[in-house]
Amino acid sequence: MLHLLLFLLFGLACVAGAVNLLVQRHPINSALSLVVVMGSLAGEYLLLGAEFVAAIQVIVYAGAIMVLFVFVIMLLNAGEEERTSGSRVALLLGVPGMLIGAVLVAWLLVERSATPAVAVGALPGDPQTIGWLLFHNYLLPFEVTSILVLIAILGAVALASQPGMEASAKKEG
Amino acid sequence: MTPNLHLWLIPVLPLVGAAINGLCGKRFTRTLVCSVGLTASAAAFVLGLWVATQPMVSGFYRESLAAWIRAGDFRVDFGFYLDPLSLVMLLIVTGVGFLIHIYSVGYMWEEGGFYRFFSYLNLFLFFMLTLVLASNYLVMFIGWEGVGLASYLLIGFWFTRDQAASAGKKAFIANRVGDFAFLIALFLLIKHFGSLDFASLFSSIGALRPETQGAGLLTSIALLLMVGACGKSAQIPLYVWLPDAMEGPTPVSALIHAATMVTAGIYMIARSHVIFDRAPTAGTMVAILGTLTAFFAASIGITQTDIKKVLAYSTISQLGYMFLACGAAAYTAGIFHLMTHAFFKGLLFLAAGSVMHALGGEQDMRNMGGLRKKIPGTFWTMTAGTFAISGIPPLAGFFSKDEILWQAYASPRGSWVYWLLGLITAFMTSFYMFRLWFLTFFGEYRGDRPEAHAQPAPGSGGHAHDGHGHIHDSPKVMLIPMMILAVLSVVGGWVSYHHTFENFLAPVFRDAGPTLAAEAHPPSGEAPAEEGGGETLLMVISVAAAAAGFYLAWLLYQRRPELPKQIARRIEGLYQTVLHKYYVDELYATLFVKPLVDGSTKLLWHGIDQNVIDAGVDASADRARQLSDTMRHMQSGNVRSYAGWVAFGAAGVIAYMVWIGIK
Amino acid sequence: MVPLSYYLVLSGILFACGVTGFLIKRNIITIFMSIELMLNGVNLSFVAFAAEWQALSGQVFVFFVMVVAAAEAAVGLAIIIAIFRTRETLNVDYVNLLKL
Repeated sequence: MLHLLLFLLFGLACVAGAVNLLVQRHPINSALSLVVVMGSLAGEYLLLGAEFVAAIQVIVYAGAIMVLFVFVIMLLNAGEEERTSGSRVALLLGVPGMLIGAVLVAWLLVERSATPAVAVGALPGDPQTIGWLLFHNYLLPFEVTSILVLIAILGAVALASQPGMEASAKKEG
Repeated sequence: MTPNLHLWLIPVLPLVGAAINGLCGKRFTRTLVCSVGLTASAAAFVLGLWVATQPMVSGFYRESLAAWIRAGDFRVDFGFYLDPLSLVMLLIVTGVGFLIHIYSVGYMWEEGGFYRFFSYLNLFLFFMLTLVLASNYLVMFIGWEGVGLASYLLIGFWFTRDQAASAGKKAFIANRVGDFAFLIALFLLIKHFGSLDFASLFSSIGALRPETQGAGLLTSIALLLMVGACGKSAQIPLYVWLPDAMEGPTPVSALIHAATMVTAGIYMIARSHVIFDRAPTAGTMVAILGTLTAFFAASIGITQTDIKKVLAYSTISQLGYMFLACGAAAYTAGIFHLMTHAFFKGLLFLAAGSVMHALGGEQDMRNMGGLRKKIPGTFWTMTAGTFAISGIPPLAGFFSKDEILWQAYASPRGSWVYWLLGLITAFMTSFYMFRLWFLTFFGEYRGDRPEAHAQPAPGSGGHAHDGHGHIHDSPKVMLIPMMILAVLSVVGGWVSYHHTFENFLAPVFRDAGPTLAAEAHPPSGEAPAEEGGGETLLMVISVAAAAAGFYLAWLLYQRRPELPKQIARRIEGLYQTVLHKYYVDELYATLFVKPLVDGSTKLLWHGIDQNVIDAGVDASADRARQLSDTMRHMQSGNVRSYAGWVAFGAAGVIAYMVWIGIK
Repeated sequence: MVPLSYYLVLSGILFACGVTGFLIKRNIITIFMSIELMLNGVNLSFVAFAAEWQALSGQVFVFFVMVVAAAEAAVGLAIIIAIFRTRETLNVDYVNLLKL
């Protein structure tokens, strides 16, 4: 009972945040809504017993990525969105398409709703176990993703640096 | 057992000569070119003579080089065949051909494309010899088509001249019409007799009875063969190419359009005598056609002013005589006349060329005259030729023409109508030939060629005599062949003494099976060779006709030269019609040429090629462009529309998966 | 006890919201955030299935998704900054030079 209640609580928070992201016109509001979503999701993960994942969710996603987003929004001084007409296709094809997809999936789920219940904390994912998996079974993907992150860092620095900055960096030695 | 005669060498040696001259001749000197050409044709002649001396056991000789077609039961070989008929043709072709090769060295010496000329001449020899020595209809057809090709190449030798190129095309196309009929005849032969080989074919046909009641298979085949021969031998209605063929150099006219190629049709009919003997309707058609052509062409020859055109119509007329002979089943007479005609007509053309050479290219007889003293060599040889063709005894033409007229009258398939028309034609022949003789060599010189300088008529075969402007006789290299032919024209007829020639050829035409003639007479398709009163009487009458022609020509062109114009004015309409060759060319142009050209332009070119095919291709290109024009709006550069497409596609994939999952 | 399908429905809703935001929003940064939302929805789905099938590799995969999302966010934002520098606008409708 409590399980269901907590699930609904966090779930509602997620959905509310997501919808708010869509509705808000200023990107900073959208960013903050997204933080709410991330936090609620962390709660959901805990309900499922994924402690490590929940922790990472808060630290990395909400704590680093979203902060990065907020920094960029403030850096670029993004204002409210203008209303430009843009693309008819997106509205005429994309939204109906998405709706169709959603409806299909929902229908499918309702059809096969005889799914077993998931207990609270069904699968405890403590750091030790996950660490073991990570460094034994999934070592290669782990190393590859670390290289990926390195490349991302280099790319980000290269892309974002201003032409003048390099010269001045050189000047300063 | 007859030893291997290697007959195939005879056609192949000229082919080799043609190849050498054709491929490398451009870099040779003129001497080398004519050495190659003359050697090739001389070798063919010498081989022909040698072959003639070899004994033939069974009266004929066959050799087969290689298998060509093996299709079920139908077999055709590359084979060669020698019997008295093909031997006679072989000697005529190589002998006269060789003489004309020698003549051409002198005549064409200053022309461009010297090597090309000799290459084509040798090529012609190759094809003609293939035709004559073939052992089956298909190899004969190779030669048949090939001589048509060589004729086209040589008529249009000066191809930069429009008339020459058109004349070449006309010859080829008219021949083609005949070839079409020939081919259908071959198809019929294959279908019903399963073979084209002379030996086997003629023995199967020989067992059949003659078709006396109307038309049957053999009559159809014979009639189709006749149409084929009409095309090649310039009979009505396919003769129109021969006068135009005079655009070619004169040696070409002599060799191809007098002595050899045009006789191919006669040879083919003689070779197919087994068929014609059993299809009397077709034989009669051949005789009628030949007589009409002879009469018709002779009438046109009377009015022509171009020396070569007179000779051209004369050739058509004489070929008509040969057709008549073959139609009346007097094959030996036809071949005899073929031989003598090769001598004197070849000579006449060579002499005409010599006259033109002396006058710097002049061909119009109205501008000639009084050349007797100036070019004596040409004069005397041409005299021999003229007397021979007019049938004055004891020259060659008398014997052969007389034989034909006698056979036309007395042979079981002959009739007095043929004889009468043939007689009138002989009178006309004599008249126009002596008219030519008088106009060219007698009287006052009417040309505008002063002795000092010369303006050659463009492209007509003469060449400028820069430096020596006076009218002079031809060089020895041209005169000697003419003299040899003149001698042959005089003595050539004497081979009929005691029926020697006839007996020589008789075994070829002796038929083992049932023929009309054999049923009615002792085995010989020809009239009984009686030296009776009838033949002598007719002989006297024909000599009288020839003499009358001579007298009339002398009267009109030597004694009272103002008469021809008055006569022409009196019968203006008739004269104009005959002068314009009875407007046959115009008739063909309206009936056949114009509709074809118009139809081709309007229907095929504009209608189909432009409006359907081109339009279709263009339209499909247009559609592709329009389609891509529409599709390119997808790439708008707008990220959101891309996103829209992605979402749509993803929905599609999800739907598909759901559908799979449900199944 | 919460049935699995509830988690999946929630995941689906998050994903749908992400797609919708991606389609109708005009600010580049907001579009980026919608992408992050989509990724989160998918992560939830992974963890839910991992819990049902008792397979920890689901959670490990979420870990990797997060790493990649981080890298992608970094690079993407750098690109956005570069675009802003040249085009002076954050409206995605004005960044349409790559067209036929």
